[in-house]
Amino acid sequence: MFHLTIHKVLLLGSGALKIGEAGEFDYSGSQALKALREEGLETVLINPNIATVQTSEGVADKIYFLPVTPYFVERVIAKERPDGIFLSFGGQTALNCGVELYKSGVLDRYGVKVLGTPVQSIIDTEDREIFVHRLDEIGVKTIRSEAVDTVEQALQAAGRLGYPVIVRAAYALGGLGSGFCDNEGELRLLCEKAFSFSPQVLIEKSLKGWKEIEYEVVRDRFDNCITVCNMENFDPLGIHTGESIVIAPSQTLSNSEYHKLRELAIRIIRHIGIVGECNVQYALDPESEDYRVIEVNARLSRSSALASKATGYPLAFVAAKLGLGYGLFDLKNAVTKSTSAFFEPALDYVVCKIPRWDLGKFHGVDRALGSSMKSVGEVMAIGRTFEEAIQKGLRMIGQGMHGFVENKELVISDVDKALREPTDKRICVISEAFDAGYTVDQIHALTKIDKWFLCKLKYIMDTDARLHACHGLDNLSVDLLRLAKRQGFSDFQIAHAIGMDAEDMEQASLLVRARRKELGILPVVKQIDTLAGEFPAQTNYLYLTYSGVESDVQGFDDDSAIVVLGSGAYRIGSSVEFDWCGVQALNTIRREGYRGVMVNYNPETVSTDYDICDRLYFDELTFERIMDILEIESPHGVIVSTGGQIPNNHALRLAQQGVRILGTSAESIDNAEDRDKFSAMLDRIGVDQPEWSALTTMEDIHAFIGRVGFPVLVRPSYVLSGAAMNVCSNYDELNRFLTLAANVSQKHPVVVSRFIEHAKEVEMDAVAQDGEIVAYAISEHIEYAGVHSGDATIQFPPQKLYVETVRRIKRISREIARELNISGPFNIQYLARENDIKVIECNLRASRSFPFVSKVLKLNLIELATRVMLGQKVEKPSKSLFDLDYVGIKASQFSFNRLQNADPVLGVDMASTGEVGCIGEDTRCAILKSMLSVGYRIPEKGILLSTGDACQKADMLPAVRMLAAKGYRIYATDGTSAFLSRNGIDNTTVYWPDDPRMPQALDLLHSREVDMVVNIPKNLTVGELDNGYRIRRAAIDLNIPLLTNARLAGAFIAAFCTMSVDDLAIKSWDEYGN
Amino acid sequence: MNKATLILDDGTRFCGYSFCAPRGTAGEVVFNTAMTGYPESLTDPSYAGQIMVLTYPLVGNYGVPAPELWESGRIHAEALIVSDYSTDYSHWNARESLGQWLRREHVPAITGIDTRALTQLLREHGVMMGRIEIEGDQASPASFPDYGSENYVEKVSCREVIRYNEGAPKRVVLVDCGVKANIIRCLQRRGVEIVRVPWDYDFNVLSYDGLFLSNGPGNPDNCPQAVDNIRKAMQADKPIFGICMGNQLLAKAGGAKVYKLKYGHRSHNQPVGMTGTNRCFITSQNHGYAVDASTLSADWEPLFENMNDGSNEGIRHNGKPWFSVQFHPEAAAGPTDTQFLFDDFISML
Repeated sequence: MFHLTIHKVLLLGSGALKIGEAGEFDYSGSQALKALREEGLETVLINPNIATVQTSEGVADKIYFLPVTPYFVERVIAKERPDGIFLSFGGQTALNCGVELYKSGVLDRYGVKVLGTPVQSIIDTEDREIFVHRLDEIGVKTIRSEAVDTVEQALQAAGRLGYPVIVRAAYALGGLGSGFCDNEGELRLLCEKAFSFSPQVLIEKSLKGWKEIEYEVVRDRFDNCITVCNMENFDPLGIHTGESIVIAPSQTLSNSEYHKLRELAIRIIRHIGIVGECNVQYALDPESEDYRVIEVNARLSRSSALASKATGYPLAFVAAKLGLGYGLFDLKNAVTKSTSAFFEPALDYVVCKIPRWDLGKFHGVDRALGSSMKSVGEVMAIGRTFEEAIQKGLRMIGQGMHGFVENKELVISDVDKALREPTDKRICVISEAFDAGYTVDQIHALTKIDKWFLCKLKYIMDTDARLHACHGLDNLSVDLLRLAKRQGFSDFQIAHAIGMDAEDMEQASLLVRARRKELGILPVVKQIDTLAGEFPAQTNYLYLTYSGVESDVQGFDDDSAIVVLGSGAYRIGSSVEFDWCGVQALNTIRREGYRGVMVNYNPETVSTDYDICDRLYFDELTFERIMDILEIESPHGVIVSTGGQIPNNHALRLAQQGVRILGTSAESIDNAEDRDKFSAMLDRIGVDQPEWSALTTMEDIHAFIGRVGFPVLVRPSYVLSGAAMNVCSNYDELNRFLTLAANVSQKHPVVVSRFIEHAKEVEMDAVAQDGEIVAYAISEHIEYAGVHSGDATIQFPPQKLYVETVRRIKRISREIARELNISGPFNIQYLARENDIKVIECNLRASRSFPFVSKVLKLNLIELATRVMLGQKVEKPSKSLFDLDYVGIKASQFSFNRLQNADPVLGVDMASTGEVGCIGEDTRCAILKSMLSVGYRIPEKGILLSTGDACQKADMLPAVRMLAAKGYRIYATDGTSAFLSRNGIDNTTVYWPDDPRMPQALDLLHSREVDMVVNIPKNLTVGELDNGYRIRRAAIDLNIPLLTNARLAGAFIAAFCTMSVDDLAIKSWDEYGN
Repeated sequence: MNKATLILDDGTRFCGYSFCAPRGTAGEVVFNTAMTGYPESLTDPSYAGQIMVLTYPLVGNYGVPAPELWESGRIHAEALIVSDYSTDYSHWNARESLGQWLRREHVPAITGIDTRALTQLLREHGVMMGRIEIEGDQASPASFPDYGSENYVEKVSCREVIRYNEGAPKRVVLVDCGVKANIIRCLQRRGVEIVRVPWDYDFNVLSYDGLFLSNGPGNPDNCPQAVDNIRKAMQADKPIFGICMGNQLLAKAGGAKVYKLKYGHRSHNQPVGMTGTNRCFITSQNHGYAVDASTLSADWEPLFENMNDGSNEGIRHNGKPWFSVQFHPEAAAGPTDTQFLFDDFISML
């Protein structure tokens, strides 16, 4: 049936998570590997993203934690000699790499056959000109633009294209001189301006306000095609689909429109010759059936992951099988297991995807939504009404919203402008606009969002108004309560709307809940079965809804279910690593004979793959919904420690409701989370910590700072990824951040602590049983304290810690574990300076670094922790970090290039979007691999240095000497230049942007004289629009590697100056330590 | 909105709200899993006598277009059952809301029903008769009619001969058992003259180049006159093409038997495989009866097969240019993958 000549298949991963390329590729790669293994094929995977599920034991036969670049892939091919390669499961990274290997003849040379879609088809879709030409051949319309050199030509072009048109100035950075024109007059004006920036201008038909629709299409080599799903963007064209709320299936398309676009999608996929899966994006005129094809992605994508989760159709799995030569008719529907995989899912629910942004974490970033993607994650909400789905989704994104209504008021000075120019707050703005009396028509006129969506949102407003009129639970009618629940109102929203006690909303919500249950208003469990109930399905893929009278499944009644709470939307600070933890917990639970029940709502994850668990509740991780699920399932227990901070935060409230939390008790979790309690405990057991104080009045702060001095660290007590945490060096900054932090936390006090500079940061990841540590991993940060642990480069095992430091850390960790009676995973962060050890933070849950240390140590700490939580007596493993004869380095991936204007500088607030982990014989090898994996390149020409304050300048000196010795041209800004000259290093002085003298630092970047920039800010204060910022930003915008930390820069420079990439060993994971 | 109840043959009750004509009714309760196309489905004459349950919960979103885009001149379904009717609609070609339309045509409809639970019940039990009671309506029927013995074709077929594209070089006789407008459009677009005749009309007196047998509602056993006329036509070797009911009538004329499916196929996602090939197609379907392929005589062979349940989806004659399909190549509503069958037919003329 399949290519019998293929025995060994190479699969390329997508590397670190970044904006635009995130967890969805772990999901698609894992599915593909599963499909390949099912065929008995040997699999080789290249992916440096160590936190993924696909790079776990047993998923692929050989795993290489190496950069997905042509150089390294070729070396792996030379070693492994695979006969087939898949390019479409690792995002754009894998696709680009594969196309390069094809073009350079490497694949041919080694006899590697590209499986699935042929490379030529990929090239046809990637090259704009060829693409347009190919679609012309089959009479399919694409978006056209015409290049013009004069205003007259522009007017003629616009006449041909039809108004409105977009004018784009060619070769102008940042959209200078671009804009929309509705008529000749406007075009003439704008063109005159545009020609002052650029000799050539592109005139393009504007499709602003058109609907954006996507289809996921599958084709086998026998030319059989299906469209698995279509999706409609809530936001009209102009906002990147990754930035838009997306609904599946389409809601406002008639049958004729739906099938017209479907037929086009199939015509396109046939003509281009895809074998596997692709995605077709359309613009559709809201006033006719006119359309344009925006683009075709000849690979698995974020949309295909969403479509898989939205429909239950495993696109990646099927695409892999088709790549091996199967026909769709050979395969079975993965859900019903009896019907054919050649079918199109029928949904009997609606799905709503909402992006998650973290723009608040970046200084100076442009918040406007547009044609480039800035969101870092997404959620998918399922309901049987649109209102239910969107309200669920708004709660899921975890940015403090309770739904569409009953949120904290947003102050908007100009509602019209806010509606017209969308930002990440768009949905809140619509809610506020309704509140301010705007009609559906007015909002439509300003946003171009289809009125159908706006009407549905208006229904939520109407119900909310009716609730407000109730004034208390006693006046709330059964019908209104039921309607509100069908429209996705949470108990909290209802309690708040009917004006219940605002002092204790938790209690008020519980009262609503109790009334609801009394009246029999309960959610029902429905299955996602791909066929809308037409055929019986044993599916475990579930969601809850209030639009129904009957549940499809009942809870297990044998006390065998363990509920694992997932980690929610990927965001800065909580990402694929917790997906890995959740999946490992589920694997262990099932291996030990229990049933694993997952609750999560992130469509980009493996943990929301329904065959990873016995039951998947694709639903909210709110207290209310978790309780609903627990009441249905009556499980043996709940695991809250493998999903990051979201489940951890629910521990205490769940325990108060009598829920059995497995492992460490909720009280202990609270004792670690609550800073007062934790600090008192440390004092009691004699463990040191940086001086701190809980903040209530300004006088207290002044007194405290008077005692410890600046800098200080300011943060609220429940902290996720440094949200609202910052180092303040003076009173100005302090006042600014206090306002922010106080906004974030009402229940918990704001904490100010002394910030210790030039200290090492050390992480302890461990598993304890009944207060005794059974396994642990100590790792050290390359950077000094001050860089958030999520952004830091981490080395494991530690290479530069005093034995004494390690001993003390072990002792303190043991004491804390005992004191908190920990049973399960935990993480403690330490500061170490000259063997002086202080505890910064303790989390009684798995931390971000668990997959990294587990994989380097080759000891699955989550498996061990899960067995502990299941109550098994575990043996202490014999493995120890001191036995390792290799080094792992975890490096962070930043996405500053996607975040226009953001200052690419690191601080206590986390900014990275992903990470890699690479293994090497020593620190140099590991750091070189990992830095190349996150996109750094070894410079070939010159290096621009501005190395911060005196101390940092001295720190960097040895590295700069190496650069000079290696023959690099050294450019330095004046202070640094003088320092280097004093130390006998030849260098060229260059000048800051605000200094008129030549040569200008920025010019060197633009002329590419410099191919690496080391720019170290002098202090940890917020980056203003200063000289340093302009250099850093230019480096990012010009794609020149930038280092902003002296310690990391030193380590990287030392690595590439003392060895070449050719010296790096190409070894798979299993070849280390054997 | 008035409260409304659907009461099934087995006594099960589903309660919701009426969003249109406050009139009770009764019919065969069937479910349709299509996600779009309610105006087309409601006007499809094949739904005569049936209460249509839509499994896709959000209905009414894009309103109702002008009658030129319907599948016949009026709503044929007895009633409509949905989970979440959308009072407001938004579409450039909409003329009115679904509720307004249903009210104008006096067709009952209920929203707020757990259509998934209802569908699962129908799936497990098989289709059932059901009646709708609406609060405040005195005239709700007390009993269920017998769907299988009622001749719905007689009710929906045209009364007189109607001609389209007169004077075109080739002429097709279309036997109207309840033909969908898009079948006529598909033939018209291909430039043939169409002579649309009532279901029991003896078209053998006419001169024609090809015979088309349309879709239609109910039990094909109620149409013996049509079967006789087809048998007579088989004396000649002229091409015959049938769709849905037309497939069943052609099969009966060829000597095969037709049986009733447990709950039928009503959806836009039915996979069919072309027998003896690797080709498969997604089809639009709406039928409660099917041809028993094991009763086909040696002169006939299966042309298509349902890839989900293995039921027959089309037949063809070994020697003569006669073929028919159980699904709807004309789509409307549904996928358009098999429209090439019209080309095949036209090329035979």
